Amino acid sequence: MTHQRKTLVVAGHGMVGHRFVQAAIERGLTETHDIWVVGAEPRPAYDRVALTSYFAAESADALSLLPTGSYDDPRVHLCLGTEVTGLDAATRTVTLSGGRALVYDALVLATGAAPFVPPVPGRDLDGCFVYRTIEDLDAIRDASRTATAGVVIGGGLLGLEAANALVQLGLETHVVEMAPRLMPVQLDQAAGQTLVRHIEKLGVTVHAGVATEAITGETSVSGLSLAGGEAIEAQVVVFSAGIRPRDQLARDAGLETAPRGGVLVDEQCRSSDPHVFAIGECAAPGGTMYGLVAPGYSMAEVVVDALLDGTGTFLGADMSTKLKLLGVDVASFGDAFATAEGALELVFADAVAGVYKKLVVSEAEDGSYRLLGGILVGDASAYGVLRPMVSSRMALPANPEELILPARSGDAVRLGLPADAVVCSCNNVTKAQIGAAVTSEEGGHACADLSCVKSCTKAGSTCGSCVPVVKNIIEEHFSAMGRVVDKGLCEHFSLTRQELFDLVAVHGYRRFDEIVEGHGRGRGCEVCKPVVASILASQTSTHILERETAGLQDTNDAYLANIQRNGTYSVVPRIPGGEITPDKLIVIGEVARDFELYTKITGGQRIDLFGARIEQLPAIWKRLVDAGFESGHAYGKSLRTVKSCVGSTWCRFGVQDSVGLAIALELRYRGLRSPHKLKGGVSGCARECAEARGKDFGVIATDKGWNLYVGGNGGATPAHAQLLAGDLDTETLVRFLDRYLMYYIRTADRLQRTSVWVESLDGGLDRVRAVVVDDALGLGAELEAAMARHVSGYEDEWRATLEDPAKLSRFVSFVNAPGTPDPTISFTQERGQIQPVMGDPPEPVLLGSTIRVGQ
Amino acid sequence: MSGQEWEPVCKFGDLEVERGVAALVHGQAVAIFRTHRDDVFALGNHDPFSRASVLARGIVGSRGEVDFVASPMHKHAFDLRTGRCLDDEHVSVSSFDVRVEDGVVLIGPRQERRAAG
Repeated sequence: MTHQRKTLVVAGHGMVGHRFVQAAIERGLTETHDIWVVGAEPRPAYDRVALTSYFAAESADALSLLPTGSYDDPRVHLCLGTEVTGLDAATRTVTLSGGRALVYDALVLATGAAPFVPPVPGRDLDGCFVYRTIEDLDAIRDASRTATAGVVIGGGLLGLEAANALVQLGLETHVVEMAPRLMPVQLDQAAGQTLVRHIEKLGVTVHAGVATEAITGETSVSGLSLAGGEAIEAQVVVFSAGIRPRDQLARDAGLETAPRGGVLVDEQCRSSDPHVFAIGECAAPGGTMYGLVAPGYSMAEVVVDALLDGTGTFLGADMSTKLKLLGVDVASFGDAFATAEGALELVFADAVAGVYKKLVVSEAEDGSYRLLGGILVGDASAYGVLRPMVSSRMALPANPEELILPARSGDAVRLGLPADAVVCSCNNVTKAQIGAAVTSEEGGHACADLSCVKSCTKAGSTCGSCVPVVKNIIEEHFSAMGRVVDKGLCEHFSLTRQELFDLVAVHGYRRFDEIVEGHGRGRGCEVCKPVVASILASQTSTHILERETAGLQDTNDAYLANIQRNGTYSVVPRIPGGEITPDKLIVIGEVARDFELYTKITGGQRIDLFGARIEQLPAIWKRLVDAGFESGHAYGKSLRTVKSCVGSTWCRFGVQDSVGLAIALELRYRGLRSPHKLKGGVSGCARECAEARGKDFGVIATDKGWNLYVGGNGGATPAHAQLLAGDLDTETLVRFLDRYLMYYIRTADRLQRTSVWVESLDGGLDRVRAVVVDDALGLGAELEAAMARHVSGYEDEWRATLEDPAKLSRFVSFVNAPGTPDPTISFTQERGQIQPVMGDPPEPVLLGSTIRVGQ
Repeated sequence: MSGQEWEPVCKFGDLEVERGVAALVHGQAVAIFRTHRDDVFALGNHDPFSRASVLARGIVGSRGEVDFVASPMHKHAFDLRTGRCLDDEHVSVSSFDVRVEDGVVLIGPRQERRAAG
């Protein structure tokens, strides 16, 4: 039997068109079809969702979804810079710009959408732009070279993206939104206001609830006049007031379109002509147009399935949105506006921190509550867990408010999601599919880790917000199958950090080679080497830059300074407890002035000196050491600071000398290498001005002594420290702290903070109390002795480095030109101080792939 | 073109095992690494992800059979032999021919891009 090869034409090579072709190749459609892909833009498909990062990219190639410019499959022909200009459904023929015609067996319209420009007077003036293609961005960039201010019309997702672009281009930036708040489709009033505060901090002026009357100017834009009389001066205007489906081709060919635009298609994305399909923003399945990339991807898969005689259908899409906008987390999912009958709202708002979280729930017949939707602004870390809870309609835990209160533990992730819960909404992957990927029921290939599951199921491969949940599901699955979950550090060690710690202690190892040859494989990597370095540092008192351990250190430890974005380092001398003499302050100022360093007071009561080139570090430290300073260990996973308030010495409320204790503790634990960085705090009274409960160990003075709190931290997942023991005298306090810190150092995982470590122990805080306070394991004396060895073995790492020519020889810019400064490092001046000049604008803004490009 | 010449940069003994040094070669920054097998490799020092000249300060190790350096910025791994990024096949840094003669490390011309690129 012979088969006639068929011809498939794809009109449009955007993200959705590209996904269609990829799926067609992967699923074997090219075995029977020749595919002609026709794209109007001059370049292959690119990541339009991340468009703004184009400014930070080296070139357009960085965004490309097809960097080689062609598909590996020779049966796919890509014609770029070409438009489909005509469609004759009767003869199944499309005509292309340039005059060529193609006869198709099947046609897939993936022509996307075009920006909508409202009929405002002046919209044709020079300096008016839309925000859709790389060419648009090039034009905006050119115009911004001579402009000082820009306005974005439209405060939806895309408008804020465009505003971010104008900020990156150095323009004074305004956003004008007709609705009374930003992102009116996704956010309620309170969330919108929270977002405004974040955005205004970045220097963007928001005008909400106001219409644009006209764009002013003779031939080019000079400004904007708003309803109510306000005027904005600007030379650049970017329209971002929504999109319209590009469905003209289908209209002209007589295909049915939806009342609000878009090619009307059925559940298989088939138009009123059975040989023509439409996918993405040009399509309107069931009459609804979806302005997100994820539904477009689903439609692409459905059409490939249909062409393979499959039965896949597109029945609507999850319109959840999560993105990082100008550095602010924003998420909106499900019934965010509580439109369902009987819907109740749970709200957590912290105006100071700029966090707003809302859950919309309803009571089910059995009295439990179901999650319908929600909004997260400022902290969207719960999104990965919450969104699948909506689609799965699972019962909420007894205290649903805990889902949005500041994190107390990672427990939320352990909620048992049902098998059909969609975990990855970008790629529509369920919990069951993730389970199947690791199970291999057909006796075929089974994934053993997260990266394999990501590539096999695509879960977590687009916006990444679900990765922690995916990882958890994989581990749950392995545990349920009775399989040992590999908690090994990396491919070189199948041991945990704790196991490695014990091994090093038992054998008395001092070199990485002995350890990896005896208990691992290969030559190590950036994960296991610093772990071994930390373990060796905790057990020995040798300098971390000895020849055996120097190559194991992360760059911060290797150069005893903190690397910054342009490859220079910052220097932080220790200022124990934050107490410093005027003479020492002057020395820091002189050093900063003489080496032209940027100075900033840190959050931990210290002074950070930025912009030191590698070859300058020894000279800077020579000056500081001579003045009596020592290394502040800002670079290490080690004790950073013990913060203090002013205490009873000066404060009218203080009941104990918090400064004295903070200094003593900081000096005692300085240089202590640990699984994660450590911070402490001492407050002189219950007013807690030192924020001690936000630290790994916190001490708060009482009338009778000290209360000791443990397991707090700031950072991405803040945790409050909890009371371990109360009313301690200073000697007992120090003893307990010695035990607590050593117990943590010996048993915690790599990069596990004390808060998470306490939670991970069987028994949690009670277990810590049993070991530290009650000495239930009889380990107390040993832990104290280990700390005593650390204290007596301490030496200032910088002083020792300055005295050792072998160590100093590493602090050169170039081995063959040690005095030549790295020519790629340069600075500009801002507010009277240096700032790094990067070749390009600041870091790209990361966006979820599910950006909504309509309003 | 000066880029075609072999340029001596340091003594082999100046290189520490599984560490890098930066050198100025043909007017540009090159990162030179010595592996545990005492092989010497040279890559462009510029990390294309962070756009800072820092690769020489990364941790050297192995992934499978491949010797690599992890950039100190965001830990992207680069194959010491080819400069290919092991985390993103579309990215690579330049690599240079290296020769050790009479205990002196010489850096040669930039290698041709591998066909895969």
